[in-house]
Amino acid sequence: MSARVSDYVGPHPKAHQRHLSNRAIVNLFIWPTLLLLILMNVFPLFYSLYLGFTNYSAIAQKAPVWIAFQNFSKILNDKNLWQYFATTGRYALLSVSLQVLVGFSLAMLVREKFKGNGILTTLILIPMMISPVVVGLFWKLMYNPTFGFFNALLGFSDPSRSPDWLASRIAGQPMPGLALIAVVIVDVWMWAPFVMLLVLSGLKAIPDYLYEAAAVDRASSWFQFWRITLPQVAPLLLIAILFRTIEAFKSFDLVMGMTGGGPGVQTELISVDLYRIAFLGQFRTGYGSALAYIILIIIIAISNLYIKYLNKSKGEG
Amino acid sequence: MFKKYAFAITIIVAMVLTACGPAATSQPPSVEPTKPSVVEPTKPAAVVPTTPPVVEPTTPPAGPAVKDLTILWAQWSPADYLQQIGALYEQETGVKVTVVQEPWGSFGDRFNVAMAAAGTEWDMVVGDSQWIGQGATAGYYVDLTDFMKSNGIDKSVTPATLQYYGEYPAGSGKYYGFPTEGDADGWAYRKDLFEDPANMAAFKSQYGYDLAVPTTWAQLMDIAKFFTKADKSMNGVAIYTQKDYDAITMGFENVMFSYGAKWQNPDNTVEGVVNSQASIDALQYYRDLYDCCQAPGLNNAFYTETNDAFIGGQVAMTMNYFAFFPALANPSTNPYANVTGFFANPAGPTGIRKAALGGQGLSVISFVSPERQKASLDFIKWFAQEDIQAKWAALGGYTCNANVLKTDAFMKATPYNPAFSETMTFVMDFWNIPTYAALLTPSQNYLSAFVVGGEGTAKEALDNIAAEQTAALKSDGVIASP
Repeated sequence: MSARVSDYVGPHPKAHQRHLSNRAIVNLFIWPTLLLLILMNVFPLFYSLYLGFTNYSAIAQKAPVWIAFQNFSKILNDKNLWQYFATTGRYALLSVSLQVLVGFSLAMLVREKFKGNGILTTLILIPMMISPVVVGLFWKLMYNPTFGFFNALLGFSDPSRSPDWLASRIAGQPMPGLALIAVVIVDVWMWAPFVMLLVLSGLKAIPDYLYEAAAVDRASSWFQFWRITLPQVAPLLLIAILFRTIEAFKSFDLVMGMTGGGPGVQTELISVDLYRIAFLGQFRTGYGSALAYIILIIIIAISNLYIKYLNKSKGEG
Repeated sequence: MFKKYAFAITIIVAMVLTACGPAATSQPPSVEPTKPSVVEPTKPAAVVPTTPPVVEPTTPPAGPAVKDLTILWAQWSPADYLQQIGALYEQETGVKVTVVQEPWGSFGDRFNVAMAAAGTEWDMVVGDSQWIGQGATAGYYVDLTDFMKSNGIDKSVTPATLQYYGEYPAGSGKYYGFPTEGDADGWAYRKDLFEDPANMAAFKSQYGYDLAVPTTWAQLMDIAKFFTKADKSMNGVAIYTQKDYDAITMGFENVMFSYGAKWQNPDNTVEGVVNSQASIDALQYYRDLYDCCQAPGLNNAFYTETNDAFIGGQVAMTMNYFAFFPALANPSTNPYANVTGFFANPAGPTGIRKAALGGQGLSVISFVSPERQKASLDFIKWFAQEDIQAKWAALGGYTCNANVLKTDAFMKATPYNPAFSETMTFVMDFWNIPTYAALLTPSQNYLSAFVVGGEGTAKEALDNIAAEQTAALKSDGVIASP
C-alpha cells in the first residue's frame, strides 16, 4: 500500500493549472526553512557552545579567549550554583507533582457530563492564557498580608499574625521556604490546566467497552482507575510531565515578577541566576553560555529518562 | 543522498568555523591598552582608563557639519525635560537635539551592547553613575577632564556630584561625565499626621520629645513605631527591599553611610570595612525598621511600591529617590499631596549625614566622529551655563549646579527642592568600577536574606558579603590575590 509522493503530484484534472515540481518545492520551501533554522537555531547553538569555553563578555570589546574547561570547572565548584540547582529541583518536583495531581483531578471532573461543563472547562483554561509576568503581579497583590484575599481564604484576618508569603515569614517570624511554596502555588494554578487538557484528551480516547467489561466483572472504581484509566492515560500524562518539567527548569518570568529570587536566594532558580550572569550589568557571556549548556544537559538527561519510561510503558522499551 | 545535504552541511561547517574564529567586531591588536583616536574610533582594551584627546569647542558652537545630536537616556520625565532643553538649543544654534528614551529595564543592556559594537547611533549618553568605570576603562566615554577644567564646568557643580557622576577613578581628578541629573534618596512624610495635636501629645508623652521631622535615625525609628498600628492599617515606613537589581543595597546604604560605615578602603579591600561594627549596627537598624514598621507586603519594594504605599495611605513616611517625588507632590496622583512634606536623610549616631546617590552624568561617546564629539562638547558647554541650568531646574530637571541649587527660585520651585538641595551636599555612592555588578550580587542576596527573610544575623550577612566581594575583586584583579 505504500505510495510515492510523485504518485500524488501527477496531472491535475484541471490541466490548465501549472504545478510546482518537487525540485521547485524543495528550493522554494525546504531550503529557506533549513537556512533559517541554521541561522536562528543551529548557529547560535554551536556558537554559544564555543563561547562556553572562552572568557568572552558581550560588552568587553575583546575577542573571545579560549580557556578550555575553566568555566565549567568554576560552575561545578560554585556552592551557590549548586544551591540554585537544588532550589530549581525542589521547585520542579513540587510544581510538577502538584500540577499532575490537580490537573488529573480536574480532567476527571470535566470528563463527566454535567450542565455548565463547557463553561467550566473554558474558565479552568484561562490561567494558562495569561502572561506569566501579569500572573506574578496579580498574585503579588493576592498574597499581600493586608488586603490580599489569599490569607483571608485561609482564615487569617489579622495581618500582623498572617503569613507574609513572599517574605517567607509567618507572624513576623522567619519561615524559610514559604516564598518558594508561594511561587509553586501560582505555577500550579497557571499550568495545572495544561496537564488537564492532555489528560482529558487521553481520557476521552478510552473505549467505553473497557469500563463496561469491568463493570460486568464487578470491578471496583479504584480497580477501574488503576487498571484501565491510568494505563490508558499514562503516555499522554508522561508527555505532560515532560513538558512541565522542562518548563519548570526554565522558569524565569514568574519568579522575577513575584520575588526577584528573594528573599535572599530562597527562590533563586538557576534560570534567574543565569540571567543575572549573562546580563544585568555582569555580561559574563562565556560563563553564562557554559552554565546554559549545563542546564541543557540536565534537561536532556531528565527528558531521556521520561522518554525511556514512556517507551517502556508503550511496550517499546 | 549526500548531495542533498551538502549545501546545508557546508553552511553549518562554515558558521561553526566563523564562530570559532576571533570576533569580527573587536580586534585589539595587542594586549597593551590602546588609546582610541578621535579621528578613527577604535576599540581600546578594557584595562585602564583611556584618554582620547579632547577637541576643544569653538565659538560659535557646532559648525555646519553637524546639524543634529542624539542623546540616549532612560525613559522617564527628566528625559522629556532634556528634550525641551534640546529644543532651546536648536533655537539658538540650529543644531537639532534628539533624546532617545529607552525603558529602564533595557537601558543598560541596550547601551552596553551598542558600545561593545563601537556603536555610533548616539553622540552622548546620560549614563548611570555606576557605569562610569566601565565607560572609562573600556573607552566608551571621551575624557572630559581638560574640557571641564578649561571651561570652569568642574567648579560650577557641587563637589559630590562631580565626584560621583563624573570622576573616575575616585580621587583621580579625571572626568568622564558632566553631572546632569542629580538624584539621591530622601523622605516624604504625612504632615497631617505629624501635625495632628492628638498625635503630637501622644508622641510627646510616649517618647519625651516633640513629634517633628526626625533629625536622627533613632528618632525616625521612634516615629515609625509610633505610627505603626497593631492591625497594620497604618505603618511607619516604606523602605527599599527589592532583590532584583540594587534597591535593597541602595536603601541600606542610607543608614550604612550615616552610621559611618562604607563599602571599601582606599585600596579597595573590603574585609573589616563592609563588616565593620558600624556597618553591623546599621544593618541591624535597617532590619529592625523593616520588622517593626514596614507596610505589609513590601518585601520586594522599590520606588513604585514605596510611592504606592504612601499614596494608598498605608505609611506615614516613605523612602524614595527625589526623582520620584513629583508623583507625591501632584494632587492628581496623590490624594495626600497637599499634606505631604519632604525631608533629607537624618543623621547617624555620631552626627554623620549621608544619602545614597542616584542620578546620572552626561558623557560623550568616543566612537563618534571628531566633529560630532566637538559638537557634543559645544552642547555640554552651553548646557552647563548657569542660566540654562536654571531653566533645566525650572523644567523639573535636578540640576547639580551649585549656584542654582542655592537660589530662592529653585528652593521654592517644588516642596521637595529644599530637601534635595540639602541632600546633594552629602551624597555617597556604591562602587562604580566595572566589577560593580559582581559586587552587587552578594550584597543584594545577603541583605535581602537578613532584612526580608529574617535569616541569620547582621554580622553573618555582612561577613558573607565581605567574603564574596573580596573573591570578586580578586577575580577581576582589583585587589591582589595573596
